[in-house]
Amino acid sequence: MSTNNPFDLDLPDARGHFGIHGGRFVSETLSAALDELETTYKKLRDDADFQAAFDKDLAHYVGRPSPLYLAERLTAHCGGAQIYLKREDLNHTGAHKINNTIGQALLAKFMGKKKIIAETGAGQHGVASATVAARFGLECKVFMGSTDVERQKLNVYRMKLLGAEVEAVESGTKTLKDAMNEAMRHWVTNVDDTFYIIGTAAGPHPYPMLVRDFQSVIGREVQRQSVEQFGRQPDALVACVGGGSNAIGLFHPYIKHPEVAMYGVEAGGLGLDGDDHAAPLSKGRPGVLHGNRTYLMEDENGQIMGTHSISAGLDYPGVGPEHSWLKDVGRAQYVAATDDEALDAFHKLTQLEGIMPALESSHAVAYAMKLAATMKPDQVIVVNLSGRGDKDIHTIATLDGVTA
Amino acid sequence: MSRIKNAFASLEAQGKKALIPYITAGDPQKDATVPMMRALVDAGADIIELGVPFSDPMADGPTIQLACERALAHNTSLHDVLAMVAEFRTTNSNTPIVLMGYLNPVERMGYETFAAAAVEAGVDGVLMVDLPPEEAVDVEGFFKSRDLDMIYLIAPTTKDERIERIGHAGSGYVYYVSLKGVTGSKALDVDDVARNLERIRKHVSIPVGVGFGINTGETAAAVSKVCDGVIVGSAIVNLIAANADNAKAAQDAVSALVGSMRTALDA
Repeated sequence: MSTNNPFDLDLPDARGHFGIHGGRFVSETLSAALDELETTYKKLRDDADFQAAFDKDLAHYVGRPSPLYLAERLTAHCGGAQIYLKREDLNHTGAHKINNTIGQALLAKFMGKKKIIAETGAGQHGVASATVAARFGLECKVFMGSTDVERQKLNVYRMKLLGAEVEAVESGTKTLKDAMNEAMRHWVTNVDDTFYIIGTAAGPHPYPMLVRDFQSVIGREVQRQSVEQFGRQPDALVACVGGGSNAIGLFHPYIKHPEVAMYGVEAGGLGLDGDDHAAPLSKGRPGVLHGNRTYLMEDENGQIMGTHSISAGLDYPGVGPEHSWLKDVGRAQYVAATDDEALDAFHKLTQLEGIMPALESSHAVAYAMKLAATMKPDQVIVVNLSGRGDKDIHTIATLDGVTA
Repeated sequence: MSRIKNAFASLEAQGKKALIPYITAGDPQKDATVPMMRALVDAGADIIELGVPFSDPMADGPTIQLACERALAHNTSLHDVLAMVAEFRTTNSNTPIVLMGYLNPVERMGYETFAAAAVEAGVDGVLMVDLPPEEAVDVEGFFKSRDLDMIYLIAPTTKDERIERIGHAGSGYVYYVSLKGVTGSKALDVDDVARNLERIRKHVSIPVGVGFGINTGETAAAVSKVCDGVIVGSAIVNLIAANADNAKAAQDAVSALVGSMRTALDA
């Protein structure tokens, strides 16, 4: 093991901290459940049978490995580095979220919990949770802000078809953060028989660690596929960051390889100059919310601010604690793409490659297009195309003035 | 001796149990809070838990969520809450005040700045629901060095070795959460509380207050038999909400409830 590489660390530490970030800031009732989850996970992480069950479902249920695809026409359009797309949009249920829900559902099953709950913003994690609930015969309840229920009707219907109960959350800003509050409240009340499947690499320890581990299959596949397809590792990785699970899944296996640049793309909304965005790493400061310390969008009194993004999945005032650490130590760069840039990237990728990206992933595509133009043709960017855009058709049609 | 320690010692000497009402500061208006605190004392409160409003009260049920929303509608800040305590202290130097809330407003102000300002205002203890003792190790020095009591929660799910740790980390009293749930939940199970209190007493030498699900004098009296103090929050906040447009009516309703609880506890 290298001793002069500052990123050669095994994080989080024993208390779940990534530098000053992470940790377990929860009300006492949840402490025992989190201890139990941590103990179980640490045991199963190295258990051959558990890993075999996880790998089997990733291969035959999710459809992994997902392709690494050279977007030739997009590359030609940008005129610079070669742009490869990691096709998480081709996973069962249409996004990377399923990697994590399979892992956590297996944990729930092992712990003897028959009920699962989940929070969701865009609805992708809700659908992925409802899907594994059907797959493993678990009862499923999904908490979703009422604003998101309205703008993601298709996913709400999908969850219901899968047998899940969707609870519209009316408190606060009626978006993802409030759905997470309500899921926590439900969990605290039903902690004995309920497993909470958190959808992103955030929340109290051990969630940021285990979600990252389950999603890291993305980065490990890219490492292997890169060697197979272009004989070396990429020069840069680009992924969108809301809570940041698709990004950490791609980034994590590369943290100890500083020659590979990493760019996390936050939701710039209407622009970073105002307050209408969801870019805590770009514009926020460290604070405590939802069980962890991390960069947050907050006012001068420490109240959490409402956020804005065209994409419900990025509309969150916090971010996973490992990203906050990667920012602090300078290992990853965090940038933003605005609503308009994401929308433009959505259309470009659709027209040039016949691939309709989710609005979340469109943020990553938007930044990758700018970045590629500054790089040389023999360089390689891998973009995590974290989800497909079907769910966003109505939003896009409305923005384009089309009544679909 | 701290005001909290003093209060429990004096109650014990009289064979009484502590009545600890909770209100959210700034609910429904900033200028309603100090008169309400005085009304609570007049009606028989021994200690006041004053809630610091937060935008994302994860451990609270609808009643206190809405109280936070009402208080935040006119931007009740942690600075405002400290100013309310200072104003209360101009006429009351005995009743202990515990600030209860979530960590982030304190984190934003800065731990040392907050601890110094809290002592200056006349605060006696702090209870931050999302700050368990393990995460407090880096900051508890700022509080302990100023004799601010750190009040921690114990839950029905807390294992014995953790209860012991919390008992050592905390001071003033520990707050036993009577049920698995959020504030304002269904009525508690007195027998269940009694069993857990027996377990807690083996490891905790400071007073134990019980809260969550105490909404009548009868429940308060029954629970008080096995603990040192009862904490009443949502039942009071509901009365404040029902009389949000009439401060006098709110005070009368709250005084009547707190007074009836005092009577039941002392009977």
